[in-house]
Amino acid sequence: MTQSDNNRSSQPTIGQVLDERGVSRRRFMKFCTAMASLMAMPPMMTSALAQNLRQARRPSVIYMPFQECTGCLESLTRSFSPSIENLLFDTISLDYNHTLFAAAGTAAEAARHEAMEANWGEYILIVDGSIPQGAGGVYGTSAGESFVDQLRHAADGAAAILCVGTCASFGGIPYANPNPTGAVPVSEIIHDRPIINVSGCPPIPAVMTGTIVHYLTTGGVPDLDKYGRPSVFYGQSIHDRCYRRRFYDEGKFAKSFDDEGARNGWCLYELGCRGPTTYNACATVKWNEGTSFPIESGHGCIGCSEPNFWDQGGFYEPVTSKLFEDRGQIGGAAAAGVALGAASAYAASRRKKKRSETAGEEESS
Amino acid sequence: MTILEFARGPMLHFALAVFVLGVIWRIVTILFLGFKRYHSEPRNGLVKSLIGGMTVTGSRSWPHKEFIGRTGAGEAIGYGYHIGLFIIVLLGTPHVVFWKNLFGVSAGWWPTLPGGVVHVLSILTVTLLLIVLIRRISHPVLRRLSNFDDYFSWFITFTVMVTGVMAVFGLGGRYETILAWHIISFNVLLIWFPFGKLMHAFFIFPTRAVVGYLQSRKGAAT
Repeated sequence: MTQSDNNRSSQPTIGQVLDERGVSRRRFMKFCTAMASLMAMPPMMTSALAQNLRQARRPSVIYMPFQECTGCLESLTRSFSPSIENLLFDTISLDYNHTLFAAAGTAAEAARHEAMEANWGEYILIVDGSIPQGAGGVYGTSAGESFVDQLRHAADGAAAILCVGTCASFGGIPYANPNPTGAVPVSEIIHDRPIINVSGCPPIPAVMTGTIVHYLTTGGVPDLDKYGRPSVFYGQSIHDRCYRRRFYDEGKFAKSFDDEGARNGWCLYELGCRGPTTYNACATVKWNEGTSFPIESGHGCIGCSEPNFWDQGGFYEPVTSKLFEDRGQIGGAAAAGVALGAASAYAASRRKKKRSETAGEEESS
Repeated sequence: MTILEFARGPMLHFALAVFVLGVIWRIVTILFLGFKRYHSEPRNGLVKSLIGGMTVTGSRSWPHKEFIGRTGAGEAIGYGYHIGLFIIVLLGTPHVVFWKNLFGVSAGWWPTLPGGVVHVLSILTVTLLLIVLIRRISHPVLRRLSNFDDYFSWFITFTVMVTGVMAVFGLGGRYETILAWHIISFNVLLIWFPFGKLMHAFFIFPTRAVVGYLQSRKGAAT
């Protein structure tokens, strides 16, 4: 038995931790039902999920924040009341996160190295933020190491990598044009580990929890879409699940944020809503414990869970517009068309004249 | 650059430039060629000739009563899908947003049709386009008259319609991928437009009017 096996078997199960914290069976089952529903599992799977989750050992989690704004972590840890999602987040053995750690500096780094060594090959690596590669990676360093080197080393011993937020998943805002730091997503650096992207700026906490629950209960990576995101959460567009969709179908659109359409809650498509091209669970899971999501609060979706969302034009330009900022090219083509047309007509009349002259000469000869 | 970014970015700009250049080239060429000089005395004055031109534009756009039994169905189908195309292109919400952006106008007065109406019209139009193709292939005379231009013009129009329907109904893949193919097929249509029979959109009524005008000037009944 290896050191990591010993370490893992000595960890309490999630069920034991929840019992210690006084989480009732009823509350736990409600959570499992919600998770099963969120992950589109059949109802009879709920009890199996609950059983597996209770028996799962606390996984060691190394949370590495790189080029990020801490918004993702805020999203995951802050809520109005302590939810079971928080408890689950507490339940996992979060062995390193320099934002949440009481320890700092050398002590924190030593804890990370110790946790990585003890759980080598077993821990889940959560990455938050993009990784700057420009100028040899000097745009992002911590404890005398560049973020690139830290990521490579941490990824070597990870069982799976969870990219939290759009920056880690797709590069996000640091990756946006002109990308002065040479920022890249995790998937451009690490190629030999399973990577799950939980995109969003920030991602929905329940989506994050659901992904962890899936990993804990099945021990594997969930079905992923073409961008490496769990299909159960990112399988449908915001537009398809939006409660304002019927107004789109009826052709009722808000034309500005203070007109009658906006007050009536009509579709925000013409105000730049990115719902049709954005895949996330916002419209169903919602935010702030199911209170609402941006469209419900009166603002269009900005497509934050999609790659390159920051470079897709203005947030207030409709999906099918933002195409013609410079009409000079079309004006030039029109001018060229006139010139070409005149030249063609001239050439045609010259040909015609020449033909009639030749015909006249043949007749006279 | 994603396929959607390419479709609605450089490819669309290129296609529009080709479209504008080609259409203006063809129209200007014809305008500069001018009319053949007629040496005989005009039988009708300018006003009467212009009225003649307008009359012919109308009468040639309707089946002749003598042939209505043979041509009526074909013309009805033709009108059907043309009207469908116009309504979808001019009153479908995403298209209206596109036109507003292209022409740089806010145009709050520009109405949009309910999605359900556009969906039904789209399916009808696709069906009519299919019937048109079947008729062209099965009709012995039409088949002999048809060439690559006819089939390609049909194909690209049909592709634009089908990809549009697929995007709306979420068929065949992710919305943005199908949207990209819809825009790409539209771009190909724009590029092909000035050089093929699709150019009839610009020529059909002016040529009928000119023919009617000239016939009227000569005093010929039409």
